[in-house]
Amino acid sequence: MTNTTGTTTAPEHGPVPLPPAVAHTLVTAGAIGTIASAFMSWTWTPDFPGDLTIYGYPAGLQILAIVAGALTLLYSLTLWNVRGLHRLNPAGATTPVLLTALSAFAVCWYTAIAIAVDLGGLVNLDPGAYVAVIASALPVIGALALPHPDPGTGIRGYLTKPDQPRPGKLPALAERAVITVGTALALVVFTYGIGINDDESETFIGYLLVAVFTAWALVHAGLLDRYAAISARHKGFSATLAFVAVAVFPFTQSEDHNANLGVSILVFATVALGLNIVVGLTGLLDLGYVAFLGVGAYAAALVSGSEFSRFSGVQFPFWAAALTGMAASLVFGVLIGAPTLRLRGDYLAIVTLGFGEIFRIAVNNLDGVSGPNLTNGPNGISRIPDLEVFGFDLGEAHDLGSFTLGRFANYLFLMLIFTAIVVLVFTRAADSRIGRSWIAIREDETAATAMGINGFRVKLIAFALGAALAGLAGTVMAHVNYSVNPQPYQFAGAAPPNSAFLLAAVVLGGMGTVSGPLLGASLLYLIPEKLQFLKNYELFAFGIALVLLMRFRPEGIIANRRHQLEFHENGPDEPEQGTLPDEPAVTKAGA
Amino acid sequence: MTTPVLEARAVTMRFGGLTAVRSVDFTVNSGEIVGLIGPNGAGKTTFFNCLTGLYVPTEGTVSYQGTVLPPKPHLVTKAGIARTFQNIRLFANMTVLENVLVGRHTRTKEGLWSALLRGPGFKKAEKESEARAMELLSFVGLAHKRDHLARNLPYGEQRKLEIARALASEPGLLLLDEPTAGMNPQETRATEELVFAIRDKGIAVLVIEHDIRFIFNLCDRVAVLVQGEKLVEGTPDIVQADERVIAAYLGTPFEGEPGEEEAAEVAAAEAAADAPADSTTGSTKGETQ
Ligand SMILES: Nc1ncnc2c1ncn2[C@@H]1O[C@H](COP(=O)(O)OP(=O)(O)OP(=O)(O)O)[C@@H](O)[C@H]1O
Ligand SMILES: [Mg+2]
Repeated sequence: MTNTTGTTTAPEHGPVPLPPAVAHTLVTAGAIGTIASAFMSWTWTPDFPGDLTIYGYPAGLQILAIVAGALTLLYSLTLWNVRGLHRLNPAGATTPVLLTALSAFAVCWYTAIAIAVDLGGLVNLDPGAYVAVIASALPVIGALALPHPDPGTGIRGYLTKPDQPRPGKLPALAERAVITVGTALALVVFTYGIGINDDESETFIGYLLVAVFTAWALVHAGLLDRYAAISARHKGFSATLAFVAVAVFPFTQSEDHNANLGVSILVFATVALGLNIVVGLTGLLDLGYVAFLGVGAYAAALVSGSEFSRFSGVQFPFWAAALTGMAASLVFGVLIGAPTLRLRGDYLAIVTLGFGEIFRIAVNNLDGVSGPNLTNGPNGISRIPDLEVFGFDLGEAHDLGSFTLGRFANYLFLMLIFTAIVVLVFTRAADSRIGRSWIAIREDETAATAMGINGFRVKLIAFALGAALAGLAGTVMAHVNYSVNPQPYQFAGAAPPNSAFLLAAVVLGGMGTVSGPLLGASLLYLIPEKLQFLKNYELFAFGIALVLLMRFRPEGIIANRRHQLEFHENGPDEPEQGTLPDEPAVTKAGA
Repeated sequence: MTTPVLEARAVTMRFGGLTAVRSVDFTVNSGEIVGLIGPNGAGKTTFFNCLTGLYVPTEGTVSYQGTVLPPKPHLVTKAGIARTFQNIRLFANMTVLENVLVGRHTRTKEGLWSALLRGPGFKKAEKESEARAMELLSFVGLAHKRDHLARNLPYGEQRKLEIARALASEPGLLLLDEPTAGMNPQETRATEELVFAIRDKGIAVLVIEHDIRFIFNLCDRVAVLVQGEKLVEGTPDIVQADERVIAAYLGTPFEGEPGEEEAAEVAAAEAAADAPADSTTGSTKGETQ
């Protein structure tokens, strides 16, 4: 299936019959051409988002074309045996070259087509666009002429990831440098994505195209696995850097609007991480998790001193409000969990689904007309005052040197502290007696109880802890949004947060990992935000994306350590024949 | 010296109309290795499940060291009975070491708070647990595989890991359900040694096995279960000689002997009908009904 031999020993060319030298030249020349084309004008009018009209000043999609072209160039150079570059493609595989070439091809052709469609006709294309279209096609043709990774297997051969040579360890300092560069790159990529204007969906689609193909290429080249292994060796360092990167983010933004997006993403991601304790670690399917976020938000709103609150006279200091929100969610978590966690299987999923809906409907009805007045019904509780932490008004903009940090930036810093708490709780709990018993229950509940684990108790702890963390995030969210209302706390909706999106963030990102749900949540928040035109088709697109991901990468974007360990175990010095426990055992089923 | 560790009184287990275990009285004394044999579907595993609380017996009681056990698996383990499963039930996506650490659950008590606060007590307990787990892994010979995923171990090692995980709960009685199923003759012999070593640690062992040679080598006492009822109980010699047992269990040809050599020996010893050798080990069992 897999083929470790590099380009030198695999004699056969791919589907395009060209000699290797020509193929190499095509890839390299095409990549350079793509980059060059971005400095030309692609269309005559600035009506097309991003203003692609000026010679010498690439913008919007042209910048993406440059990035994709540069990556293609980089990977094409690995074929020319340029020293040092083999690290980018340790297995010397064809597929990463093809994928980077496809990313350039996709972004150029997409742009040309979008220009023609948006502006009505091919006449709107300037020469630059034609150059881009032709130049970006060359590397794809060239890459297809490169040796087929596994002759005779057709397309499948390109998709199968080759075995990677076992990576050596770098010196600790170099590894830290790698992490620093990686984090910085991630920050740049993220900042670029979030900085794309909401009305420039075309640019954002191009961004996604480049991101997906590049990520795919990096995965295929084994670079992401190696990066994961390196950052696993420097856990504390990479975690700190990640937090530093998020803290740096507001300084890169001139508009508070993007900081608002940032803080919403952070809330959503934190809640997803809390859900990961329940779903990823303990294996309990919770379909109403967003309700706990709502409980926390409403609890904080009620004690915030808002004039619309039932207890408008009461204004707790924030720490007390945060604890109240947590405690309220915890109580609800125990109330829902206690009767259902004794049962196995899908009962919990159904009950939590029901609870999620009941919460929303009850909050809608507790308006003094249909029921007692507690939540103000559909109007919710608005005018929630801004927080004051240590005499520091989070509602005001503050100047820090030459930077102005607006309201949302302030909240972003506050939320970042909460995210750090949740990350700490997650990692510490996961790596302990209680965390191991969660995982044991997920793996095999019968065996776990036979090992002395009180399944009900341990599951209830996980469920209540998850609820409490969501409640904590909810308290900040209530203040960030100025108001709370029942509308967002649905099972499924077109925009996050809702239970389905939260669950998807966990599953897409990678169950049982820390970075997975954070990444998954960021993507799931950002994509609907930037692709406003999808509106009615959002859930449809969401569904398709889920199906594709489950087909091609069922373990989620970030695979948990299972993958790393397999990597580790199949090292050259200890060949191992894997024995799957679900293989038909020779004996028949017992207990 | 021979105080009873486990006492089952009139244990009956019915599944609807089917009585899988019928009024079985059973005792295991300290320091003993007791075998439980019987044809397929005799109710051996069901009996184990009744002992360990996975099934609530329809009738009867199980007591451990004089106190009646509640039918809750985690309480049974806490009391001091550990078990392995006929179809291996490891935590497949956990490492070998973590599997054993989970086995330590009842003997440690660090809760969520201590995990979050990570005080000195927590670190000490984790260290101790790990040292204890590594000891057990060395004991079963898996120390070098500590960081491997359980799912990637070969079959025989998975069985050993299950034993190590069970021992981690510091039991006074270990229940093994077909510990050599799927093993080759060498592995079976190693398991034999392992069980003796466990007994020498002062842990009583109750073992279900279809490999009669293994049982007769190992056990001080053997009980035969046929169609849910205890047919005979006694020393291997007595059981071996009992006609009813031969009729119900040994007398019919059974495949699944570890090898031709062993098969011949058993055949000679028991004057049973010639046993067709099956090199794929003692896991496939004789058609005995
Ligand atoms: N949960 C259950 N529900 C209904 N019937 C069951 C259940 N568990 C076991 N049985 C039945 O009880 C009988 C005894 O099964 P058991 O698994 O205890 O046999 P065994 O002696 O362990 O056999 P083997 O040697 O094949 O493992 C069988 O007829 C089985 O089908
Ligand atoms: Mg059985």
